Amino acid sequence: MRRKQKKALIRIIIAAVLMVVLGLLSHFTNINEYVLFALYMVPYLVVGYDVLWKAVKGIGRGQVFDENFLMAIATVGAIILQEYTEGVAVMLFYQIGELFQSIAVGKSRKNIADLMDIRPDYANVEEDGKLVQVDPDTLEPGSVIVVEPGERIPIDGIVIDGESSLNNSALTGESVPVDVGPDSPVNSGGINLSGVLKVRTTKAFGESTASKILELVENAGSRKAKAENFITKFAKYYTPAVVAAAVLLALLPPLVRMAMSVDPLWTQWIYRALTFLVISCPCAIVVSVPLSFFGGIGGASNAGILIKGSNYMETLANIKTVVFDKTGTLTRGNFAVTGVHHSELEDEELLRLAAHAESHSPHPIAKSILTAYGKDIDPTLVSNVKDISGHGVTATVDGHEVAAGNSRLMTTLGVPFTDCHSIGTIVHMAVDGAYAGHIVISDELKEHAKEAVESLKASGVKKTVMLTGDNEATANQIAKELDVNEVHAGLLPADKVTIVERLLTEQKKNETLAFVGDGMNDAPVLSRADLGIAMGALGSDAAIEAADVVLMDDDPLKISKAVRIARKCMRIVKTNIWFAIGVKLACLILGAFGIANMWIAIFADVGVMVLCVLNAIRCLFVKNL
Amino acid sequence: MKTYKIYVDCANCAAKMEEAVKKTEGIADATVNFMALKMNVEFEEGADEKKVLKKALKNARKVDDDIEIEF
Repeated sequence: MRRKQKKALIRIIIAAVLMVVLGLLSHFTNINEYVLFALYMVPYLVVGYDVLWKAVKGIGRGQVFDENFLMAIATVGAIILQEYTEGVAVMLFYQIGELFQSIAVGKSRKNIADLMDIRPDYANVEEDGKLVQVDPDTLEPGSVIVVEPGERIPIDGIVIDGESSLNNSALTGESVPVDVGPDSPVNSGGINLSGVLKVRTTKAFGESTASKILELVENAGSRKAKAENFITKFAKYYTPAVVAAAVLLALLPPLVRMAMSVDPLWTQWIYRALTFLVISCPCAIVVSVPLSFFGGIGGASNAGILIKGSNYMETLANIKTVVFDKTGTLTRGNFAVTGVHHSELEDEELLRLAAHAESHSPHPIAKSILTAYGKDIDPTLVSNVKDISGHGVTATVDGHEVAAGNSRLMTTLGVPFTDCHSIGTIVHMAVDGAYAGHIVISDELKEHAKEAVESLKASGVKKTVMLTGDNEATANQIAKELDVNEVHAGLLPADKVTIVERLLTEQKKNETLAFVGDGMNDAPVLSRADLGIAMGALGSDAAIEAADVVLMDDDPLKISKAVRIARKCMRIVKTNIWFAIGVKLACLILGAFGIANMWIAIFADVGVMVLCVLNAIRCLFVKNL
Repeated sequence: MKTYKIYVDCANCAAKMEEAVKKTEGIADATVNFMALKMNVEFEEGADEKKVLKKALKNARKVDDDIEIEF
C-alpha cells in the first residue's frame, strides 16, 4: 500500500469509529442539537476535508460536474437537513470506494508490470579479461556480450560460444526450456538457465525482441474499444443529466404543491435530490471497463498472446471465419528436400544450380534447397537474379541460364515440364531454356495444427479456410487431414487478398474474419482482414508491425485460446456496463419516489464500483481457458 | 506520436484529462491510457513541444489538481 493510501485508510478508520460512537451516543443520550452537530463535524472533516477543499477549488474554475463538488453538495446538504449520520456516511463510503479503486488498479498494474518484467537492465561485456556491466542501449549490433546463468539475455543475437538452456516463458508463455549452443539465435527477454553463453548481438537494444514486446504491450491501451468510447461518452452526459434531474426534483414538486396550496415538503424533496447527486458520480462505470480490457490484455500476454489494443479484443470475440495461410501457420515451414526427379543432370549438379539461384531468397523453400546442397555458395558465380513473386527465381549461374520455380514459372517461360505426383512443394528447374527435372520439398504439420482447427470450431468459428501458394495435391491432402472447410491452392500473394475480400463480403453483420499468417509476405492480407493474427513474433519484425494479434510461440492452438480470452473479457465488460448502469438507474428511480434513501444511493455508487472492479479483475485469470 | 508518463488519480479524471489535453493549442490528438499511466500525444506541425505540453498540463490541472505529466 502506498503512503497516500495508508493515510486514507487511517482517516477512514478514525471517521468510521467516531461515527459509530456518535451514533450510539445520540441514540442513548439526549445531547444538545448544536453539540451533536459540532461532534459530527469531526469525523466529517477528518474523512472529507480534501474532497471539500477540491470542491471549493473546483468551483473557482467552473468545474460544476466534478465528483468532489457533487459529493460536497450532497453531504453538506444532508448535514443542513440535520441528517448527520448520512452526511458523514456518504463521505466515508465515497472515500472507501476511492481507496478501494486505487488499491485494485494499483494491484493489477503491478500484476501486469510483473508479467512484463522482461526489460534487461544491463549487458555484460568483456574488457581486459574482466566482465563489465554496461547499459545495453549503448551497444552496437555485432558486439559480443556474455550472459551468465540466471541472467536475462539483454539483446537479440547469435550464440558464438557455450551451451545452455533458456527459459523463454516471458516471451512465449511456454515454460519448457529451449536448448541452445553455438550458432543458435537467442532472443532478448529469455533467461539463461545453466551455462555461460557468449552472444554476438544482431540488433540494437531498442530493436530487440524484449524492447519491441514491451513497447507493444504498453501501447496496447491506446487503441480504445467501442465499449470504452461508449462509456466515456456515457459518463459525459450521465453526470450533467442526473444533476439536472436533481435540481428539477428539488424545485418542481414543491413548487407544484405550493401552487396546489398543499404543504410543499421542501425537506423531503431536497433530500431526494441530494440522493440523486450521490448517484450521479460516474466513476464506478468508468473505471471498470478499461480495467477489464487491461486485465484481459495482460492475462493474454502472460499466455504468449499479444493483443495490440482493446478494440481488437472486441473483434477477436466475434470471429466466425478463420483464414489460415498454410506455411508457417499450420505447417512447420521447415521444408526439407525429399527427392530429385526426372533430372537430366546429376542430382548433385541440379541442386548446386538451384542452391546458387536461390541463394539470395529469404523464402523457406530456398533455405531448404541450400541445406540440401550443404556446401558453401560461391556468390561470384551468380548474377542477374530476378525474384518473380509467386513464381520463383531466374538467375545466371556459372554461365547457365537457370530458372527455378513452380509450374507457373515454367509455363511463363514456355518450358514443357513433367508433373510430379509426390505430395509436397515442387521446384521445377529449367537450365538454358530446357527442362532439367524437379526437386520435391515437403513440409510437416505442426504438432497442434489439427487440434487448433478442432478447438476453433468448438468455440463457435463457423468457417475455416486454408490458403496456400502450394500445389493442389499437397493442399488438398493437408486440408483433409485438418478438416478445414475450404481450401484454395496455387495462390499468388495478391490472390490471397482477393479471396479474403470475397470472404469478408460473405459475412453477416457483427461477424468478423481473422487471417492467420506468418507475417513474411502476408502483410497486405493481415491488414485487410478484420483481424490479422501473426505467427512468429520471434524473429519477424514484419509480423509485429502488420498484425493486430501476435502469437509468440507460433502455436496455432493459441488462436482459439485468444478467442476464449477475448470472449471472457467482453462478457465481463458487458456485465459491468449493464450492471453499473442498471443499478444506478434503478436507484435513481427508487430515489425519486423516496423509496431509496442516501444509504442505498451510496451503495449504488461505491458498492457497484467494488463489484465491478472485482469482476474486472477476473479478466486477468486466463490460465484455464 | 510521442509517449509520456503521466500520473492521474482515477479513471474519470483520466477521461477528463484527455479531453483537456486534446483541446490544448498545438496538440492534434491525444490518448490517455489510465491503466498504463501513459499518454500518447500527436503534436500539430511546427509546435514547440515543451511549450505546448506545459500548457496542456496547466489545462489538465484545471480539471484535476493531482495530474502530472513527465516531460
